[in-house]
Amino acid sequence: MSERTLYDKVWDRHKVTTLPTGQDQLFVGLHLIHEVTSPQAFGMLRERDLEVAYPDLTHATVDHIVPTANRDRPYENDAAETMMAELEENVREAGIDFSDPSTGDQGIVHVIGPEQGLTQPGKTIVCGDSHTSTHGAFGALAFGIGTSQIRDVLATGTVAMEKQQVRKIEVDGELGDGVEAKDIILEIIRRLGTEGGVGYVYEYAGEAIENLGMEGRMSICNMSIEGGARAGYVNPDETTYEWLEATDYFQDNPEKFDELKPYWESITSDDDAEYDDVVTIDASELEPVVTWGTTPGQGVGVTDPIPEPEALPEDKQDTARRAQEHMRVEPGETMEGYEIDVAFLGSCTNARLPDLRRAANIIEGREVHDDVRAMVVPGSQRVQEAAEEEGLKDTFEEAGFEWRNAGCSMCLGMNEDQLEGDEACASSSNRNFIGRQGSKDGRTVLMNPQMVAAAALNGEVTDVRELKEVTTV
Amino acid sequence: MSHEDEHREASERASGRTPASIDAEVREIRTDGGDDVEIPEVDHVSGSGVPIRGNDIDTDQIIPARFMKVVTFDGLGEFAFFDLRFDENDDPKDHPFNEEQYQDSSVMVVNSNFGCGSSREHAPQALMRWGIDAIIGESFAEIFAGNCLALGIPTVTADSETIQELQDWVEANPDEEIEIDVDAETVTYDGKTIDVTVDDAQRKALVEGVWDTTALMKSNAGEVTKLAEELPYVPEEAIPEAE
Repeated sequence: MSERTLYDKVWDRHKVTTLPTGQDQLFVGLHLIHEVTSPQAFGMLRERDLEVAYPDLTHATVDHIVPTANRDRPYENDAAETMMAELEENVREAGIDFSDPSTGDQGIVHVIGPEQGLTQPGKTIVCGDSHTSTHGAFGALAFGIGTSQIRDVLATGTVAMEKQQVRKIEVDGELGDGVEAKDIILEIIRRLGTEGGVGYVYEYAGEAIENLGMEGRMSICNMSIEGGARAGYVNPDETTYEWLEATDYFQDNPEKFDELKPYWESITSDDDAEYDDVVTIDASELEPVVTWGTTPGQGVGVTDPIPEPEALPEDKQDTARRAQEHMRVEPGETMEGYEIDVAFLGSCTNARLPDLRRAANIIEGREVHDDVRAMVVPGSQRVQEAAEEEGLKDTFEEAGFEWRNAGCSMCLGMNEDQLEGDEACASSSNRNFIGRQGSKDGRTVLMNPQMVAAAALNGEVTDVRELKEVTTV
Repeated sequence: MSHEDEHREASERASGRTPASIDAEVREIRTDGGDDVEIPEVDHVSGSGVPIRGNDIDTDQIIPARFMKVVTFDGLGEFAFFDLRFDENDDPKDHPFNEEQYQDSSVMVVNSNFGCGSSREHAPQALMRWGIDAIIGESFAEIFAGNCLALGIPTVTADSETIQELQDWVEANPDEEIEIDVDAETVTYDGKTIDVTVDDAQRKALVEGVWDTTALMKSNAGEVTKLAEELPYVPEEAIPEAE
């Protein structure tokens, strides 16, 4: 059969039946769990005297609230300790593999899945976290679910879903210096809106996507949800297979690689696949994008003027006015020179090794601005270790960055890493919602890792291309 | 009244709340969720309204992450919209959830892209525990709407003009009843009935009482195993023995 997308094919392979509601019951190939959204689901399971149906297809880690500074147990924060202890008990009882900090494999759930080879093309992957869309970078069908759905997946190995439409986003052209995957996705969200993807799954394609490494593809798929699309994916190709071959799973089971490759190749979108919508973007026209507001869709090229609310679609004007008031920015001006107090390099969007390398390249031999508190929070213990081995930790520390342990950290301000008062933060994370980074008066400016590094040095939003020679993606 | 009192009151109201029209059975399943309990049908919801204006109200605003440091959802109701309701000294700010006239409201009326952001079920849980039984809005973020469905909370939509009219009316008539007929996809208020949209799967699930999917899907365990066996990447040993 032709004319089908990867989404159609993976969906069909995993569809158990159509439920009386009209939703499809989908088999879940990988269920990732973490400490914040799973305890309630395990509680619901106990109330019903149900067991975990597919513990071997379930994998746990701790990322959301885990401290990134002092990790001696018990954790200083009681809530963090409670949630950790609860997760430990739940995985022990159910026989679920747990990448806890003692294993050296702990990290943000969307960093460790791909690292260990758990994330594979043609799998259905769910997690109680909206950024599960990240795993779509490998050609998996991956989406975030709520706690009641976690209960469903734990109890049955399946999830009830409605099939969505597919929008192909074709990104042609080459990225310029200082412009990254992050800028592509911020531009997509700016153009299509934060709710533009509701009802859609995004297929990212085109030359600019094909030229990205897996980390860049993950940054893009990661933020699909910020554009309203619950899932986004890239068709697997040689770049994908190379990554997979080097992971634990396929190093330990090399025969599996040859066995599964035909399946991976079979689920890619057909050349004549039919899409419900197609959008084209020219990557060569992009410059580094920064946000001026309080939704990820409120972005602007770093040298472009912040829009007048009146110039935006009517339904966006009110939100824009309030956002500009909160951020204290003026339409007509650019974001360049916007003073920042904190620089945060981390999160499931941009805390992988190449992200840290590009940022380190900018700060090498320079110093963080006196008024800036700067921190690097590697996405996983493995990223941390690799970065330390190649000297990135020293580079960051010499420049005045704080080097932390792996976790979600200041992306969502659940642990001790938070903004204070009305601090402004140059952040490589994914959400600039009011209150997101722990302070309701805090101000978040989203940008790529090189731009975070540049902002940390100058104490203000800076066009990294003006700063020094920069590497390309 | 100090905000602690308000909190306490809200919390008490949340735990022992008496929604205007949903039968007791519904509350029972929400709290204990016993496996043998029939899933109740949610075909009508009615109650007075509360307008929450603004587009793109995200889950961090509905329930800030610092209130998620709990292993149960109990008591989350008092933290709904917390940062919009209280200032840095925890003194109440202007927000409908703080206003006397809306304290018994159960039908929330919102604008577009409500609930965008995180997958945290803490968001609809907090709203439900504050007392919300149904939400009418211009549009909803998908994961949020799915989470609402898992709790039996309808999320029905109408165009921008209709919503604004309804919000204005609720403001002027905070004690008057709004009735949502989920099956007929209508909302009745002020003596008139207007058409709204309820997503097909959501409508069926609510009306036929199949919105709690665990038992439903569990009954297909045999078919699930069969499908798992045919997927090339699932190791044989990961598949449970047939029951």
